[in-house]
Amino acid sequence: MREQMPIGVTITRITEESPSIRTFTFDQEIPFNPGQFVMVWVPGVDEIPMALSATDAITVQKVGDATAALFSLGVGDQIGIRGPFGNGFAVTGRTLAVGGGIGVSPLHPLATAGLVDVFLLGARSAEDLIFADRLAETTTLFTATDDGSAGHHGFVTDLLGRIDPIDFDHICVCGPEVMMRAVLGILERHGCTDRGQFSLHRYMKCGIGICGSCCTDPGGLRVCRDGPVFTGDRLIASEFGHYTRDASGQRKNL
Amino acid sequence: MVTLKPGPINVGGLRLNNHLLLAAGILGTTGASLARILASGAGGVVTKSIGPEPKAGHHGPCVVTVDGGVLNAMGLPNPSSGFTRELEAIRGQPVVVSIFGGNPEEFATVAGWFAGNAAGFELNVSCPHAAGYGAALGSDPAIVEACTRAVSRLGLPTWVKLTPNVTDIAECGRAAQRGGATAIVAINTLKAMRISTALRRPVLGNTFGGLSGPAVFPVAVRSVYDLYEACSIPIVGCGGITTADNVVEMMMAGASAVEIGSAVMDDIGIFATIAGDLYAPDGEDPAGIVGCAHA
Ligand SMILES: Cc1cc2nc3c(=O)[nH]c(=O)nc-3n(C[C@H](O)[C@H](O)[C@H](O)COP(=O)(O)OP(=O)(O)OC[C@H]3O[C@@H](n4cnc5c(N)ncnc54)[C@H](O)[C@@H]3O)c2cc1C
Ligand SMILES: Cc1cc2nc3c(=O)[nH]c(=O)nc-3n(C[C@H](O)[C@H](O)[C@H](O)COP(=O)(O)O)c2cc1C
Ligand code: FES
Repeated sequence: MREQMPIGVTITRITEESPSIRTFTFDQEIPFNPGQFVMVWVPGVDEIPMALSATDAITVQKVGDATAALFSLGVGDQIGIRGPFGNGFAVTGRTLAVGGGIGVSPLHPLATAGLVDVFLLGARSAEDLIFADRLAETTTLFTATDDGSAGHHGFVTDLLGRIDPIDFDHICVCGPEVMMRAVLGILERHGCTDRGQFSLHRYMKCGIGICGSCCTDPGGLRVCRDGPVFTGDRLIASEFGHYTRDASGQRKNL
Repeated sequence: MVTLKPGPINVGGLRLNNHLLLAAGILGTTGASLARILASGAGGVVTKSIGPEPKAGHHGPCVVTVDGGVLNAMGLPNPSSGFTRELEAIRGQPVVVSIFGGNPEEFATVAGWFAGNAAGFELNVSCPHAAGYGAALGSDPAIVEACTRAVSRLGLPTWVKLTPNVTDIAECGRAAQRGGATAIVAINTLKAMRISTALRRPVLGNTFGGLSGPAVFPVAVRSVYDLYEACSIPIVGCGGITTADNVVEMMMAGASAVEIGSAVMDDIGIFATIAGDLYAPDGEDPAGIVGCAHA
């Protein structure tokens, strides 16, 4: 048992990506594999899991107390970081990325490292299509919006009807769980669930595989330690896409 | 190294597949996770402590690792009666349901929910960081006795887990025994804290929490040793165990079985690892080891 207390980092830049999403860049680099996450300590409020969207940044959607508290911080303020934790994406060969909403965050460093060939990016409307410009520089980008204000009018999963997943060695996916489940269904129809790599979201308290709050059914896999990235074949007969658990461990249907 | 004869054992009214149990609160919130640990070689498992109402637990940070240990202030998050459905997947296996409450009646109520599908109960009167629960009750022998009696009445094996954060743990052990406990578990975590020098504030969201892991092993051995002198019911040793030799040492102090928690973090296969070292066909009879360090 090695000491790993949170390190203190100072926010050096805040980038407004959309009305509800901001990137917080800090003064230290954290070596990591794309897809790994850190536990972000907002002093006095809470500690929450966040994917690293770059070696020195997290990209945050404001959804509740802790993220609202992060949004109230400014340049020069300090937060605590534990990590990086989890496994991250493992890719070789041709890679397709599918991101929905804030789910683009862990996929972004994969793309900037030049590891993504084609990127399918979806969001509610044009203004929520974050990182699109940067992703277009290193990948072949296709976009979809629910309201049709940019790209395909409809779900990002519709784009998978035009692109053959079989052409790719890996399909890396992060986004709302219903969207990820739809992608898994498409891979299942193509008989290639094992090529999918899905980054899961579960309630996390420890981040290091000891507390059990992020465990999934039926295998007891720990999202924080055995994941957060799992291949599709390990998810097919699981709770994935059906239910999750809240802070107390009670099941919540998706 | 001393090795033991393998095979099922009986401790405090429970039949276990071996001497090694999963400690409460470690990967114990879901049935699937408990099933995974059982399949990985544990002789039995103890669930997350379940209480009278669903609880989200403390704000984070809830856990940090320190040199030789883990510091946690989870705040007893649990789904309360909803946990009954988690046990369906592991029915019939050696599953001890850990329970907590604010008074004897609450202990009895929670135990009642699980009376049909628990192999036994472990009363948490020892968590050091949940106001009104755990060690708040467990440092008063009279309350320990009353809570134990309220649950032991159900007639199922009743283990009582004690806190080392008291002047005389043996007094609490005797109180549990008077209340009808079938075994005593020692120890829960030691009250502790750390401060982030970078952020100039306590690291844990709850300010203080409980220390576990190798750092507390000597405290656990001493507690088990004291309890063995004071009590006549079996003792289950817990705290800082990471190796088969630690298990043997705990047994020599007086433990009939052990619980392992923090070590699961470094090696989720720890039960098979320890069992591989601990058991041998020509090993000693465990009965000759338990308490042998008492002259
Ligand atoms: C591995 C992983 C990576 C993530 N990466 C990002 C990211 O890059 N950007 C981003 O904006 N969000 C990310 N999230 C989600 C982020 O953790 C939650 O949005 C955040 O915890 C919400 O906290 P809150 O207090 O503001 O909201 P609350 O009001 O407390 O809760 C809103 C919802 O957020 C989720 N949530 C709250 N606390 C936790 C927690 N401790 N663990 C997990 N989920 C929680 C729950 O689903 C809850 O229903 C990630 C989650 C995980 C598990
Ligand atoms: C994250 C964590 C959560 C815990 N939760 C509980 C709990 O719910 N109930 C309980 O009686 N003990 C709980 N404990 C204490 C352990 O069961 C055990 O007594 C302690 O960790 C010492 O054993 P170890 O050194 O092998 O971990 C918890 C410990 C940790 C680290
Ligand atoms: S968050 Fe604690 S085990 Fe995953």
